Amino acid sequence: MDFKENKAIYLQIADNIGDRILSGELPADGKIPSVREMAAEIEVNPNTVARTYEYLQQQGVIYTRRGLGYFVAADAAQIEVRERRNALMQGELDYFLGRLKAVGISPGELKALYEDYLK
Amino acid sequence: MIEIKNLQFGYSRKGAPLFSDFSLSLSAGQVVGLLGKNGAGKSTLIYLMAGLLTPDAGQVTMHGVDVRRRLPSTLADVFVVPEEFELPSMSLNRYVAVNAPFYPRFSMEALKSYLDIFEMDGAMPLKSMSMGQRKKSFICFALASGTSLLLLDEPTNGLDIPSKSQFRKAIAQSMTDERTIVVSTHQVRDIDTLLDHVVIVDRSQVLLDAGVREIGQRLTFGSEVVPDALYVQSTPLGPVTVSPNLSGLETPIDMELLFNAALTQPARMKELFTRK
Repeated sequence: MDFKENKAIYLQIADNIGDRILSGELPADGKIPSVREMAAEIEVNPNTVARTYEYLQQQGVIYTRRGLGYFVAADAAQIEVRERRNALMQGELDYFLGRLKAVGISPGELKALYEDYLK
Repeated sequence: MIEIKNLQFGYSRKGAPLFSDFSLSLSAGQVVGLLGKNGAGKSTLIYLMAGLLTPDAGQVTMHGVDVRRRLPSTLADVFVVPEEFELPSMSLNRYVAVNAPFYPRFSMEALKSYLDIFEMDGAMPLKSMSMGQRKKSFICFALASGTSLLLLDEPTNGLDIPSKSQFRKAIAQSMTDERTIVVSTHQVRDIDTLLDHVVIVDRSQVLLDAGVREIGQRLTFGSEVVPDALYVQSTPLGPVTVSPNLSGLETPIDMELLFNAALTQPARMKELFTRK
């Protein structure tokens, strides 16, 4: 994993796990790597990964089964989509629209571009 | 876990001591980055913590025992990997057979997993190895020794790029709640995502002694130049800065910027970190 974004590392790890849930690599009710395994895999401090798991647990994306480890929640993908939609609406989209305005892309052009992208 | 109290130490009786009235306490279950300029006393502090040097005054205790007494129980529970070292002419396997019995919690299974991470072969003679390979072999032994305190002095010096990544994997895998790993380095970028706690020393002074979570909560690292910035550095992509965290949002810690801020603005850093 490359840490570049200006977001705390524990949140970047959470995003990465979210990506893996959305892509289906980590399926609902599937086990996710232990804190130590994940820490070794992405070369970060285990306490940072523990903090990520704590955060994901609060969000309801993962849950623990005593003695067995962490599992992906049944509705994890929906929660991820909802959270990402919120983040997009609250900040990222604003920035993006500002850039579009700055270079003079009209709503019509944007619509055409997006429709083209979806094809 | 380890407690340094009112330590005084100098290599010569003449002149100012390297450390005077120096105190620091490290708790278990963390990877501590010990940062400082060249000559700030990082290696000396490591040797003092290991009981290899005698303080002129004050003491270092581990689990309440003065390390300088060099009791067998202490020696079996501390491991130092110096920046430069000699190893005997034998294979690592032989070295393990001879030395592992001194460490009651030594694990062969762990050793094998670290050797796998570093892609090392225990049968290879230590003397025929390159400096980087020898360092990796010794780090594998050190991690497998299972000591409560592991002191690594500039461990990434001499390691190539893939080995630095392997080093981070091995450290992450070896951490337990009982263990304290102190990594002294001036190459902070090699280990920045690995640290729980950062100690920045400059001569006798502890300029910063804080957990990464606290650092993230108190400081913001970014590209916005704000009037109360602690440190601004120019880069090809524009300025990067450290400033007090006013938004409450955490940004990733840039250890180099943190280090420079601590060295240039010690008083403001101290104030920021003692504030409730």
